Amino acid sequence: MYRSQKLALRYLTAAATLFGVMIVFGLLSSLYYLYPSMLFNVFNFNMSKTMHIDTLVIWLLMGLMGAIYWYLPKELETEVEGIWLAELMFWIFCAAVVVVALVFLFVQYGSSNQFSLWFINQGRKYVEAPRWAAIGITLVMLVFSYNVIATSIKAKRKMTGILWVLVIDLIPLVAVYLDAFPADTNLSTDLYWWWWLVHMWVESTWEVLIGCVMAWVLMDVMGTQRRIVEAWLYIEVMLVLGAGILGLGHHYFWIGTPRYWLSIGGFFSALEPLPLLGMVMHAVYDAGMHRLKTSNQPAYYWITTEAFLNFIGAGVWGFMMTLPQINMFSHGTQWTASHGHFAFYGAYVCGIIAVLYVAKQRVSGVEVLGGNRWKWGYGLLNLGMVGMVMGLLLAGMAQAFYGRAAGGSTLMAFTMASENPWFTSGMYARVGFGFVFAAGYVMLIYDLLTAPRALPRAEPQAQPEPA
Amino acid sequence: MNFQDPLFWRAGAVSTTLVMLVVLAFLTIDSYNYISVGGKNVPKYDVINQEIGYRYDWSRREDAPVIGGSQPLFGKAVTEAEATRIMEKGKLVIQSRNCLNCHTFFGNGAYYAPDLTKSWLDPAWSQIWMPMTGKATREDAMVEFLMHPDKYPTWTRAMPNMQLTEDEARATVAYLKWLSAINTNGFPAGFGQAKTQP
Repeated sequence: MYRSQKLALRYLTAAATLFGVMIVFGLLSSLYYLYPSMLFNVFNFNMSKTMHIDTLVIWLLMGLMGAIYWYLPKELETEVEGIWLAELMFWIFCAAVVVVALVFLFVQYGSSNQFSLWFINQGRKYVEAPRWAAIGITLVMLVFSYNVIATSIKAKRKMTGILWVLVIDLIPLVAVYLDAFPADTNLSTDLYWWWWLVHMWVESTWEVLIGCVMAWVLMDVMGTQRRIVEAWLYIEVMLVLGAGILGLGHHYFWIGTPRYWLSIGGFFSALEPLPLLGMVMHAVYDAGMHRLKTSNQPAYYWITTEAFLNFIGAGVWGFMMTLPQINMFSHGTQWTASHGHFAFYGAYVCGIIAVLYVAKQRVSGVEVLGGNRWKWGYGLLNLGMVGMVMGLLLAGMAQAFYGRAAGGSTLMAFTMASENPWFTSGMYARVGFGFVFAAGYVMLIYDLLTAPRALPRAEPQAQPEPA
Repeated sequence: MNFQDPLFWRAGAVSTTLVMLVVLAFLTIDSYNYISVGGKNVPKYDVINQEIGYRYDWSRREDAPVIGGSQPLFGKAVTEAEATRIMEKGKLVIQSRNCLNCHTFFGNGAYYAPDLTKSWLDPAWSQIWMPMTGKATREDAMVEFLMHPDKYPTWTRAMPNMQLTEDEARATVAYLKWLSAINTNGFPAGFGQAKTQP
C-alpha cells in the first residue's frame, strides 16, 4: 500500500468520525423545534446549527481528499509527490477542526469587532470558522493541489482524462474558497460573492471532484472501461458547468440584483437536473453491462444509489423550488432544508460511503466484499434520509403556504406557521427519522470496523469491446 | 464527429464552460450597477434619515420599497459618513452574533427564526413590542428588545440574549432600516398586508 493510501485511510477515518459528530448536532438542532427552551442562553440553536453544517462541509471535504489520496497513486502508479507535507497538513487540519469546535462550543460569539471574525466566529453561513482557520483550510487545499499537480508532472505515465479534469478543477477549488474572507458591509454584494462560494464551490467544483472519484470507483468495483467513464465524465462536466454556472442565478432572485436574473436563473437552474439524469443513465448502463456482478457489493450499491438520489435530491427537489414564481414563497423555509439534506446526501454522502467500502475491501484483503451485514446501514441510512426529507418538505410547504403566501412573512405569520399542525407533525417526523438515520450510521461504522466474511470469488464479467 | 470519442466531449466541456464564464463575468459587471450602495436597487446608507414603506407597485407587478420624506432614526439625522460607520458596526454585530444561523436575510440563512429582510416594517413592533417595552417609538422598542430579548418572549419562542450593548443594538436597528429599503424584486410578497395580524 502506498503511503498516500495510508494517509487516505486517515482522512477517511476522520471523515467518518465527523460524519457522526454532524449527526449528533443535526439531531440536537431538530430537537430545538420541538423544545424551544432547551439549553436556552446556554447553547442556542445557532451554535448547534453551525456545528451541524460546518462538520458537514469538513467531513465531505476530508472524504473527497481521502478518496483522491487513495486513487491518485493507483492512477499514476507512483507515490504521491510531497507526501510528508500532506501527512503533516492532515494533523494540522485535524487540530484546527478540534480548536474551532471547542471555540464554537464554549466561546460561541464575541463583540462586534474584527477580533471576533479572526478568532471566534465569522458569522457567514457555512463559513462560520474564524478567519485563521479559513486560512488554514486554504493552506491544506494548496498543499493538496501541489500533491496532485506535482505527482502528475513527475509520473512517467501519460496524464489521463480524469486527472486533467481533476487538475483543472483544483483552480476553482482554491480560488473560489478565497471568498470565505470578505465581510462586505453591503449585504447585497456580500451575498453576491458568498453564493460563489456556496454554489460554485460546493455545487460545482465539488460536483466535478466527486465525478472524478466516481469514475475511479466504477473502474475499480465494476471494471468499467476507462474510455467510457472518461466520456461520461466530460459530458457530466459539460452539463454541470454549462447549466450550473448561470444556474447560480437562482440564488440571485431576491438579494437586490436586477430582474433579468429571474429569467436567467430560472432557465438555467431548470436545466441543472440534466447532468444528474446522465449519471442515472450511466449507472443503469453500467449495471446492465455487468449484469449486476461486482467484487464489492456495498460499494456498488452505494454508488448506484448516489446516481439515483443525486438526481432526485439535487435535481428533482431542486427543480421543484427553483422557478422564481415558486421560490418567492418556498425560499428560506424548511422546504429549502429538505432539498439541502437530500442533495448533499445524494451528491456526496453516498459516494464517499462507496469509497469507504472500497478502502475496507483493500484493507481487509478479501477478493469479494458482500454478505448481509452492510445492508442494515444501507437500509437505515436511506430510510432515515428519505423520512427526514419528507418531514421537512411537509413542514416547509406549510410555511410557504401559511407563513409566506397567506401570512405575508411577518413575525406573526412566521409564528403562526410554526404552530401549524402540518409544520409540527413534519418536525416530529424529522426527529423520528433522524434517529433512524443515526441508527444507520452506527450500523455503517460497525460494519466498516468488523472483519468481513470470506465469500466465493465472482469476477465482474469482462465488458465486450465496442465494434 | 465521433460521439464515442471522449475527446469530442472534452472539447464540448471546455468550450461550454468558457462561454458560460464569460457571460457570467459580463452579468456580474452589470449587476454591480444595481447592488452597489447607491446603485439602482440598493440605496445609500443615509436612507435611514427617511421614511421607508413597502407597497405593491402596479407597473412592476410586485411589491417595492417606497422612500418617503424625512424621518430620522432616533430623531437625529446623520451624514452619509456617519451612516456608513453605523452600518459597518451593524454588519459586524450581525456577523459576530451569528444571527444568520437562526434568522434569514433575503431568505438566506437558517430557518429557525423570522426573515429579517423587511423586519423594520413589521407591524409587530408597534402592535406588540411598543406596548410590551413601554417605549414610545419603534426604534426604541427595537433597541430594548435587542438588548433583552429573553424578557419579551413570543408564544413558545424567545430570542436568546446575545449581550448586545446599546450602541450595538442601535447600529443593528439602523442596519435593519437600511435593509428594508433595498429593492428585492418583490420578496417577500405582500409583507405585512395579510389580515392575519392581531
